[in-house]
Amino acid sequence: MHITLNGEQADIAEGSTVAGLLEHLQLPRERVAVEVNLAIVPKAAYDSCGLAEGDRIEVVHFVGGG
Amino acid sequence: MLTDEQIERYSRHIMLKEVGGKGQQRLFDGRVLIIGAGGLGAPIALYLAAAGIGTLGIADADDVDLSNLQRQVIHFTPDVGKPKVESAREKMEAINPAVRVRTYKEWVNAANITDIIRDYDFVIDGTDNFAAKFLINDACVLAGIPYSHGGILQFDGQTMTVKPGESACYRCIFPEPPPKDAIPTCSQAGVIGVLPGVLGTIQATEAIKFLLGKGELLTNRLLTYNALRMKFREIPLKRNPACPVCGEHPTITEVKDELDALTVCDLKS
Repeated sequence: MHITLNGEQADIAEGSTVAGLLEHLQLPRERVAVEVNLAIVPKAAYDSCGLAEGDRIEVVHFVGGG
Repeated sequence: MLTDEQIERYSRHIMLKEVGGKGQQRLFDGRVLIIGAGGLGAPIALYLAAAGIGTLGIADADDVDLSNLQRQVIHFTPDVGKPKVESAREKMEAINPAVRVRTYKEWVNAANITDIIRDYDFVIDGTDNFAAKFLINDACVLAGIPYSHGGILQFDGQTMTVKPGESACYRCIFPEPPPKDAIPTCSQAGVIGVLPGVLGTIQATEAIKFLLGKGELLTNRLLTYNALRMKFREIPLKRNPACPVCGEHPTITEVKDELDALTVCDLKS
């Protein structure tokens, strides 16, 4: 199915979850926040939060330097 | 009233219809606190002093280190070993002697931050660790003081402006700090020296726009920048009802130190 990931079109497997997407991207969940259609997904819900066709997903990294 | 010397100094500002004499006076009446006199703090302090912000606070407990000079352009080679806030003050006053610079040679923590930020209209986060970033967010949100978040690492930067109670705050995106050592610091992973120039200048712009009351602030948007790909992106945001500090049922009602996010190597970076 088609989603928009960080502003770019992407194809992911039907029935993917936020946790599955992060695994696919090889991103440890403690390093990012995930927004699905403008709502931040709580970390505890990554495994249960299913993604749907057309979802707009932003994976936001922690950047702590200054 | 601006003097003739000030009218000449700020002439390129005053001719802008968004600034004018009134706007320049607003900048002079403005009070901005810069937390961190490092990579981000350097261009922020230089530009805000040049712009004629009347009162500038700068907080940092560190001394200038040789490894800072590749990016912290407010500190010069002879400043190595000097307190960063003193080194910064000298340059700010040299650029603009009319600016009142207040220095805080200390790390911000839960015990001192509320008293420090109270005297300012706008706060800028130029710190290099998550403990400080979350503390600044909480303190500004709880005190209702708008602030600019900024972060840099390697070739990536991010910034957003927070208007407490009106726009998304840092904890709306990141409810809690990352686990200790999950994210490297600049001293561990490196940072390209020009990066804080780009991000810090954007943060300084936000402070100026806020004081002028002109334009659109970088609220409800996280601006991300990657220098290698030379790409800016805006991540749209909205307030998070579950935010622990500005949500519907806040669990953080007073400032607290995020001790787990405070590591020794953070303090040395």
